[in-house]
Amino acid sequence: MTEFLSRPLPWYVAGPLIGLMVPLLLKIGNKPFGISSSLRHICAACVPGRVAFFRYDWKKELWNLVLVAGIVIGGALGGIVFRNPDPVRISPVAQSQLSTLGVNNQGGLHPIEVFNFESLLSPRGFILIVVGGFLVGFGARYAGGCTSGHSIMGMSNLQWPSLVASCSFFAGGLLMTWVILPRILGL
Amino acid sequence: MIYLRYLVVGVVFGFVLTKSEAISWFRIQEMFRFQSVHMYGLILSAVLVGMLSIYLIKRFRVRTLTGEPIIIEPKVFHWGNVIGGVIFGLGWAMTGACPGPLYALVGAGVYVMVVGLLAAIAGTWVYGLLRDRLPH
Repeated sequence: MTEFLSRPLPWYVAGPLIGLMVPLLLKIGNKPFGISSSLRHICAACVPGRVAFFRYDWKKELWNLVLVAGIVIGGALGGIVFRNPDPVRISPVAQSQLSTLGVNNQGGLHPIEVFNFESLLSPRGFILIVVGGFLVGFGARYAGGCTSGHSIMGMSNLQWPSLVASCSFFAGGLLMTWVILPRILGL
Repeated sequence: MIYLRYLVVGVVFGFVLTKSEAISWFRIQEMFRFQSVHMYGLILSAVLVGMLSIYLIKRFRVRTLTGEPIIIEPKVFHWGNVIGGVIFGLGWAMTGACPGPLYALVGAGVYVMVVGLLAAIAGTWVYGLLRDRLPH
């Protein structure tokens, strides 16, 4: 059983399972699938300040905070308890492109040489983790959703603003990957 | 306890995200470098399943477990979809994680992502602060 659960999931299994989150949440409580809103609820619950955007009844959205707590647990189950014994295998071309930029794949989910606590004290690590994280939070709220809320939930409901948002996500990612990231990794 | 079902959904989602390596910085880089079908297949198949499920829910007027009608709010376009979207994309390629994966990574042992998560919360907060001054 452990061996079975430790196997990595191919996209054609994981994708549909993720897609099923949409009807599942609708069925159990008419809730729209979305994750970035949790960041807003956390702000509203912990540091609303005098900001109107965070002055609402966040307790009504407690289900969302419970859900993201579940994601942490799911990550622990998938990444530690039933972790894949094999290293993450990415394409050789991508691997060599990244090596040229100074990032080597040691088989973990994230490049540990860049994503660790010590690297926060270096410009490269600080920018990738803190600035990167900031942009994710800022951008997702500004866009009104992230890949879950727009790309999966929104597009499943044929909402064209979500398609626009998803294309914008992708454009930003491409711009970073091809133009800006090489400079950051070179720091 | 009604919230238990949402916890379970989150656990399943986090597990699937992690086991499929969708939370891996390398996989996201691979995607933006067009070197693998993996992430494209994952997102597209998720959307297809989502689309079909919503179609069926509407077609058969499926109700919630407690008998409430299922009503999905439409998304109204605003320029944040574009500007915020690009900003999000920049961050996504930097951290290799969108919000869901940020939580999953913390659980999966990439503990430095707690800092990433805190930064994302900070980013959300600053958006709230500047909201009225930003183009929508």
